[in-house]
Amino acid sequence: MSAGDFDHPDVVLVPHGPMLLRGAESVQDTDGTVHRVERPVVALCRCEKSSRMPWCDGTHKVIPRGAPRT
Amino acid sequence: MRLPKPRGVLSEWLVARLAEPGLTSVAPAPDSWDDESIALWTLHELSFRGFEDADDRAEWDPGLLAVRHDLEEALEDRLRSRWSEAGGGAAPGAADVPGALEALVAEDDGPSLADHVRRHADRDQVLELLRQRSVYHLKESDPSAFVVPRLPVRAKAALMALQFDEYGDGDPNRLHSHLFARGLEAVGLRAEYGAYVDDAVTENLEMNNAGSLLGLHRRLRGAAMGHLAAFEMTSSLPSRKMVQGLDRLGLTGPMSHYYDEHVEADAVHEHLAARDICGTLAEDEPDQAADLLFGAFTCLDAEARFATAMLGAWGVGG
Ligand code: FES
Ligand SMILES: [Fe+2]
Ligand SMILES: [Fe+2]
Repeated sequence: MSAGDFDHPDVVLVPHGPMLLRGAESVQDTDGTVHRVERPVVALCRCEKSSRMPWCDGTHKVIPRGAPRT
Repeated sequence: MRLPKPRGVLSEWLVARLAEPGLTSVAPAPDSWDDESIALWTLHELSFRGFEDADDRAEWDPGLLAVRHDLEEALEDRLRSRWSEAGGGAAPGAADVPGALEALVAEDDGPSLADHVRRHADRDQVLELLRQRSVYHLKESDPSAFVVPRLPVRAKAALMALQFDEYGDGDPNRLHSHLFARGLEAVGLRAEYGAYVDDAVTENLEMNNAGSLLGLHRRLRGAAMGHLAAFEMTSSLPSRKMVQGLDRLGLTGPMSHYYDEHVEADAVHEHLAARDICGTLAEDEPDQAADLLFGAFTCLDAEARFATAMLGAWGVGG
């Protein structure tokens, strides 16, 4: 294996899942509330069904896939 | 912690030998699955925190390593034959590993202890479950920590990101096993390391032994990481159910907080594990692809067997 650089994006969109965000210190949710970030990577909900917005709580897994997004 | 109670002839021999290193008698064959399981659990524990009433040098005692080898071989054979009976064995292409893990988890139809806790479990059942779970959660993530030096660059970095979070991101108060210990205390249970090993049902010991076996052997690094992925991928939603059940029974506070933390943390960890650890490991070491799935299956299957045993003992489900 070469000792070159690896791709290591700060933002990763998980197919049918959350947005992973690395190295953030705070996140503002849709209500304007600012949440302090305490872990190296957080998962932000993209399906809008999480019970703890703005964080993903895994609920996207029980939502049928391919439902049209509005 | 102190040496566990023997459960048969082999564990009796082992406990005596650990307490008194001078003993030279030959290890007898185990006389039950329970005996075999507690013996292997005890031998593995020598590589974690050990026992106050055993000699620390026992970890690398050749006579004991021989016993451990035989028990591990028997366990690995059992786990692999369960996997092949379930139709496993084919190696996915490296790029398909995260998807294959997801499919395996999606197909898992084992009974859910979290469902029972959420809706029906009474207080005694929940306390019993927490005592059983304490065998693992008081050393949470420790088996995977052994794998770090055995991984290529990308998988190693991702495992460290995950483990850093498991170990509290540098804050001892947020270390997951410590959160669980505080939860145990808050619900009136003992919180010291290994407190309830003597109460562990055999299925629980075997589940713990499988995790330690995979973590302790470099050869099994792929299986260890697949096991970790399946664990993380089946944690967020059940943890939320645990919170709901604990709240329903008025067991709010630190124990509920432990599970609450896992709703959020494992919604992140599952992606780190499936994609950044297992996915890149399969790309860098394609010969690990089959074992990644074997490990994931083993995690799901051991949990299903444990859940079946617990629900059966309570006279529910099945
Ligand atoms: S993306 Fe996971 S709960 Fe919405
Ligand atoms: Fe954890
Ligand atoms: Fe986790």
